Amino acid sequence: MTVALEARAKAKQTLALTSNYAAAYAAKAADVDVIAVYPITPQTTIVEKISEFVDEGELRAQLIHVESEHSAMSAVVGAAAAGARTFTATSSQGLELMHEVLHIASGLRLPIVMAVPARALSAPISIHGDYSDVMNTRDTGWITLIAASAQEVYDSIIQAYRIAESVLLPVMVAYDGFLMSHTTEAVELNDEEEVRKWLPRRLDRPNLLTPEKPITMGAFAMPDYYYEIKYQVQEALLGSLDKVVEADREYGKAFGRSYGIVQSYRLEDADYIVVAYGGASWGNAREAVDEARRRGIKAGALRLRVWRPYPAEEVAKALAGVKAFAVVDRAIAFGAPAGGPVYIDTVTALRMRGIDTPGLSVIHGIGQRSMFVEDFVKVFEMLKDGERNKTVYMGLKL
Amino acid sequence: MVQIKVSKKPMDFAVARAPIWCPGCGDYGILEALRRALAELGLPNEQVAIVSGIGCSSQLPHFMKTYGIHGIHGRVLPVATGIKLANPKLVVIGVGGDGDGYGIGLNHLIHAARRNIGVTYIVSNNQVYGLTTGQMSPTTLKGVKTKTTPYGSIDTPVNPLALALSAGATFVARGFSGDVPHLASIIKEALTHRGFALVDVLSPCVTFNRVNTYDWFRARIYKLDSAGHDPSNYEEAYKRALEWPTLDQYGKIPIGVFYKREDLPAYEEEVSRLIGGAPIERADEWIRRIAESGDKAAKEVLEALAPILP
Repeated sequence: MTVALEARAKAKQTLALTSNYAAAYAAKAADVDVIAVYPITPQTTIVEKISEFVDEGELRAQLIHVESEHSAMSAVVGAAAAGARTFTATSSQGLELMHEVLHIASGLRLPIVMAVPARALSAPISIHGDYSDVMNTRDTGWITLIAASAQEVYDSIIQAYRIAESVLLPVMVAYDGFLMSHTTEAVELNDEEEVRKWLPRRLDRPNLLTPEKPITMGAFAMPDYYYEIKYQVQEALLGSLDKVVEADREYGKAFGRSYGIVQSYRLEDADYIVVAYGGASWGNAREAVDEARRRGIKAGALRLRVWRPYPAEEVAKALAGVKAFAVVDRAIAFGAPAGGPVYIDTVTALRMRGIDTPGLSVIHGIGQRSMFVEDFVKVFEMLKDGERNKTVYMGLKL
Repeated sequence: MVQIKVSKKPMDFAVARAPIWCPGCGDYGILEALRRALAELGLPNEQVAIVSGIGCSSQLPHFMKTYGIHGIHGRVLPVATGIKLANPKLVVIGVGGDGDGYGIGLNHLIHAARRNIGVTYIVSNNQVYGLTTGQMSPTTLKGVKTKTTPYGSIDTPVNPLALALSAGATFVARGFSGDVPHLASIIKEALTHRGFALVDVLSPCVTFNRVNTYDWFRARIYKLDSAGHDPSNYEEAYKRALEWPTLDQYGKIPIGVFYKREDLPAYEEEVSRLIGGAPIERADEWIRRIAESGDKAAKEVLEALAPILP
């Protein structure tokens, strides 16, 4: 190969990819060893693409075709315990079926990475997008990133390996089912050699099944030690925020893209802020900020890129001193004191810091009910009109 | 055997909504055969409850004028078991695909079989994940290329009939979507069986399985009753259940009733014996009170529900 060709091969490539394909390319770039495959809409095209990579010899990974998502997570738990870099992906009911194993993954402190195009939950059956599945994993001890573009899905999954393998906790990278998983965007891919240098294999962790140092993992803990082990998960998860920041910064240096843990839009002089997560909500929120400002409302928007651990400091900094905020949730916290799960956390984060900015919980996009920019503008108008301390179910036909 | 009354037509079990399966899908054959079997048995619509899981075939209850629960992936049999135990008067039918019944929910097949719960379980076996558009399933033949096995599957397929037999199933049969009259007769027999009945149906996926087509099956299937098979012979049934071709090697595929015994009590009978009747029978008191209340509307409801109430 000539030098010129070599240089071109090494150059960064930009491809038109869905977020699902971006996830598959990221797993390939991370050179994962073991992948558990179990189809579920809208995740399926991730594992199909990975199967193609394996078939074409582009990725030398072991694919395990398991019989359920419960087995998928269990298989990567086993593989990660044995030292492999692992990947799997699921959505909706699949994430629900995995639920008890999610706790095993965090409890055993295994650096598993999983992609989750978020989807509504049964019953009734819906294959469409919302964040009910992701929100149900809130207390599982997983680090959870929520991406807002195909590029960010790709970058976040690569970062996720850095984070997982340094904190020793599993990482979930979630994004909008269908609205992102099945829509195509331009994605700049990194030189895979560079990614692999950036993600060196680490086998220096203590929780490893190796003949040199035999251990038993997950063994029975009596009341005298169980609490301490679970507290360590809490400590690691809370402390992981620094590692998320660091991985994002280092990634930015190496590959030229970084995101931070929250993203803001026209916050400088904002009176009213809409907090959102996921691609569709974030896109609408920013458009709505521009429109609301045209209508004379000082609007701003904030996006949570990290859901667990909750970036309390950063959110509090943005929301302290503004007249009011709203959180647009694409999930319902059934029976909770407010309707939106992220709203509840956001209010708690503020109150824990003595900040009393009033808020509005907005539920929208459930089962992929269409969210229009005008709806988000209306949220700003409601805030301006003094709507506070209640839950608004937008787009609901009653 | 229940006395057969030919007083209904298959379309009496149809709803206005047309199925949304691909043209040519094997599930149409199952739908038609099930409607025919129910019609031939003359069952009241409200005496039939159909439970399904997740998958193309699990949409079947949407197209049936009977009770239906479209539940969760793999859990057809636990839900069906609950219905049957609460009200044994209902004819309870489970419907799902091979991914649902032989993959994610496989353990329930074993337990339903060993308990001998009075549920007819119809599995639309197309040897591929159809709803998620063409990935390897638990019954995909070894070597077949799918979207998740572009290099050819390396997994040995599940043999559902041998499995059900070894788990203690008292009715084990296989039908073919391409032979509706034969399938209807199997389903009819299954519906009147005492205890658990598995009806595996070779049901080609015309869109995502280009290997196991109607022609592929027609070149291989033979009927057990024509071959002189005795369905009371367990060892012979097991041997027949092992007859299955591979991708490379031609082999015959038997269809019909492999095994059947009626002398064992169904699980709901055991439960009734234990607690002195099914839970629904406790409705007696409630029914008596309504009857005595003289409420005309309530009486009409009671009359409508009569076939399924004790």
